[in-house]
Formats: sequence, structure tokens, C-alpha cells
Amino acid sequence: MQFALLIYESPQAFASRKSDGTDSYTGAWRAYHKALVESGAFVGGDPLEIPDTGTTIRIKDGKRGVQDGPYADTKEQLGGFTILELPSLDAALEWAARCPAASYGAVEVRPLAPDTKRRIVE
Amino acid sequence: MSGGEEDKAHRAVERVARESYGRLVAYLSVQTQDVAGAEDALSEALLRALTAWPRDGVPQNPEAWLLTAARRSLIDFFRHQKVVSASEPDLLLFTQGPAETSVEPNFPDERLKLLFVCAHPAIDPAMHTPLMLQTVLGLDAIRIASAFLVPPKTMGQRLVRAKTKIRDAGIRFEVPEKHQLPERLEAVLEAIYAAFGIGWDDMAGVDQRGGRGLAEEAIWLGRVLLQLLPGEAEVQGLLALMLHCEARRDARRDRDGRYVPLSEQDPKLWSIPLIEEAERHLAEASRYERPGRFQLEAAIQSVHAERGRSGRIEWAAIAQFYEQLNRISPTIGRRTGYAAALAEANGAEKGLAVLDAIEQEAVSAYQPYWAVRAHLLELLGRNTEATRAYDRAIGLAEDPAVREFLLKKRR
Repeated sequence: MQFALLIYESPQAFASRKSDGTDSYTGAWRAYHKALVESGAFVGGDPLEIPDTGTTIRIKDGKRGVQDGPYADTKEQLGGFTILELPSLDAALEWAARCPAASYGAVEVRPLAPDTKRRIVE
Repeated sequence: MSGGEEDKAHRAVERVARESYGRLVAYLSVQTQDVAGAEDALSEALLRALTAWPRDGVPQNPEAWLLTAARRSLIDFFRHQKVVSASEPDLLLFTQGPAETSVEPNFPDERLKLLFVCAHPAIDPAMHTPLMLQTVLGLDAIRIASAFLVPPKTMGQRLVRAKTKIRDAGIRFEVPEKHQLPERLEAVLEAIYAAFGIGWDDMAGVDQRGGRGLAEEAIWLGRVLLQLLPGEAEVQGLLALMLHCEARRDARRDRDGRYVPLSEQDPKLWSIPLIEEAERHLAEASRYERPGRFQLEAAIQSVHAERGRSGRIEWAAIAQFYEQLNRISPTIGRRTGYAAALAEANGAEKGLAVLDAIEQEAVSAYQPYWAVRAHLLELLGRNTEATRAYDRAIGLAEDPAVREFLLKKRR
């Protein structure tokens, strides 16, 4: 089964990325990534640029609406995602608990929807 | 009625719910052979108390009042259901029992039977601890779910299923016969220790909101068990183990919240009364001359506690206790513990050899293994391998303080 870990981060966490990679934010993520890869669970995933760089578009009643910034106006914003191959939700929650963001932000675990995908891709 | 009186009544309900929940559920369960039914009846009784007590005053014997009210709920329920079940005769006896005012003020403590039911071999071992936390301690499914990293809805369903199984499979509410006792008791002790372990790991205190932490709840359960089942060496062994660990709670983090490993903790921050109590239990347990895993684990903690007096750690003694533990039942945790102790006593090389002998498959997600491995590789000057092992340990760490500690060591 594949699960997405959706990583939610605070403005402070986004700000702490700006260093040269020797900070504990990067160190913790590097180690977490390695542990995921070596356990065989890692399928894919990436961090996202800071929320300010987002642009949100929607078309309503035939009119385009474009908005600066992310879609949701919340304190903690989507900062990245990881796709994992694991036997169960229990295992996914264990990995989510080890995710550095679990202790400074939040991690949402969601199963991917392969049936929906198949209908779309076919 | 004044607001003050109402507050008093509400506090009284809360207090009885807190202190007597397990005893009431146990008593009602033994009568009906149905834990879920007993819990429902008690919840209803507690709800009624919230209206009645502020109005009529807190009864002289609140437990007896709740028992009477719970019985009435059960009678109503059975009248509605008109169920015919194997336990019906008992039920009739129970519900038609003595007039409601005469509920014995000192109704028998049946929690021991309930503990054995919760850890019954017919119940999924993963549910032993959650069942105990709910039925004996009255913890709600949401809190239990957080402790076990399970979605609250799922935990709720699993608890319901387990209780249905208890009722439908006819699991008997009884203290096992002597020849079965050691094995059945071990399951109870394991379940209590599992609760302690979760509370112990929860240094961030996520679990502590609105009540005692799980570690304290587990110690309390251990004390209840000892009181109900005196003369069992392993019960005292478990209690000694938990008390030794609990004694060090304040020493596990420095003033800035940084992780402090056991061998670097300041013994002045350890609780002497808890250590002394632990030692007393361990000494009494050893008099029965029936060694077991919990006594051995407590003995290891006792050696660590000894540093408070002697200033040094007898690693050879710790390694020996781990060796005995692994002879009883080897686990990855104990083999890792043995490796760490052996490394301190006889050199990093010896410890690493023990780690190398553990199958890689088994440790791919076991954090302490990688932390010990990293440390030993570092001592041996194998820095590239040490860095890789540190990364695994950091990546598998759940506690941010432990993660920070290892990140510093890795540099």
C-alpha cells in the first residue's frame, strides 16, 4: 500500500531552511530520508518552496481568479510530501511519528487512491 | 442549590469516577460477564450522578449509589432486550439481588479477575494494554489511540471488538489456577509494562494533558496488582523496575530540555525514596528464589542506581544480567543492551561483535541498535561507518531531544 505523508510546517521552520545545510533542520531531514530509503519504504517525494512562492488559480463562473500565495490561509503550510510503500497504516503512522516535522509541525498520513488513478489513467 | 455546592457535587463525581472506576467496572463485569455492558451501565450511572448529586447532595456512600444506579440501567437494558444467554441465571440473581439500599458498602475488589481477562490468551496481545487502560483505569479511546499511534476511530473499534470477544467467547472472570498462573501472570505484567514504556518514551509530555501520565498509571496498576496478588516475585520485580526508572524522571533532560543519557545523569536529581522503594521490592522478590525477566531487568536498573553511592557503574554485572535475560528470552532490545554493556566492560570490539550477530532485517527500524552501533564504531575510529549508523539512529528517532543529541554527536 502506498501512503503520502503530507508535511505541514510553521513559518519558523520554513525560515530555518535558509542555511548552508549544517543546521539541525537539514541534518534531521537528511537522516530521516536515509532511514526511509534504507528501510525500503521510500517511493518518492520532495520538499516544496516556501508558501509565499505559491500562486493559486481558480476559474469561477468562467472568470479567472489568481491569488498570490498558497490556497489555504493557515499558520502551518504544506512544506513537502513523501510517498511510502508500507504494509499498513500502523506502519505509516510509525514513520510519520519519526518525521522531524511531527515534533515541530504536523504530518498528515493519507493513503494514495490507486483505483481512482486507474480510472483516470485508462 | 448554590454554585459552590454544585461544584462540590461535580468534583465528587469526578473523584469517584477516577478512584473507583476500575473497581466498579470489575465488580459489574464479574456479575454480568460482559465488560462493555458494565462500562455502559456505569457511564449512565455517572451521568445520573451529575444531575442527582448537585440536587440531592453527595450520597454517604457514592460507590454504592453508583452501583445501584448501574444495576438499574442493566435491569432496564435486559428488560428491553429480553436476551436469553448462558449467563442469564447469574444476571437474574444479580439484578434481583438485595434491595438497592443494601449494596454492600465494601463490595469485593474484582480488579484482579478483570486484569486477567484483559490479558487473556484468546485476546490479541496488541489489545491487552489498551483494554486494561480502558476498563481498569477508565482512560478514553482517544487518549489510548494517541499512546498507541492508532487512529482514534480504529482504536475505538478494536476495543469494542475485543470486549465483544470477551463476552461471546465466554472468557471467564477468574484468577487462573496455580499451574496456569505464571504464564497468565506474565501476560498481565507485560501489558502493564507496555503502558509504562509508552509513558516513559513520552518525554514531551503529550500524554500528560488532563491527568497522570501513562507511566504513573502503570505504576499504580503495579501497586494494585501487588496488593491483590502478594507473594509473586515477578510482580514485585516489575514494580521495582518501574520505580527505578521513574526515580530518574527529572534527570533525563537538562535545564534547556536537552537529552541526558543515563550514564551521564546527575544522581543528585534521582528520587531517593523511589529508589529505596524499588530496592525494597527487589530484595523481597529475591527472597522467593524464583528469578524472572522483570527481576533481572530491575536488577540492571539497580546496578545503575548504585552509581549514586559508589560513583561508578559495574558494567560487568549489567552484562551478566543481560546474558541471563537473553537466555530466558532474547529480544532485539536485550541483545542491544547486552552489546552496550559488554562494550563498556570488555571493549567496543566485543560489543560490536554482538551487534553484528543480530539479523539486519530485525533491526532495520530499531532505533537503539543504530545509536549503540554508531557509538561503538566511533570509539573504534571507524568514522565513515559511524556517521552512517548515526544517520540511521537520527532518522529513526521520534523524540526531538534524542534527535538533537545524536545530531550533535554525529558532527
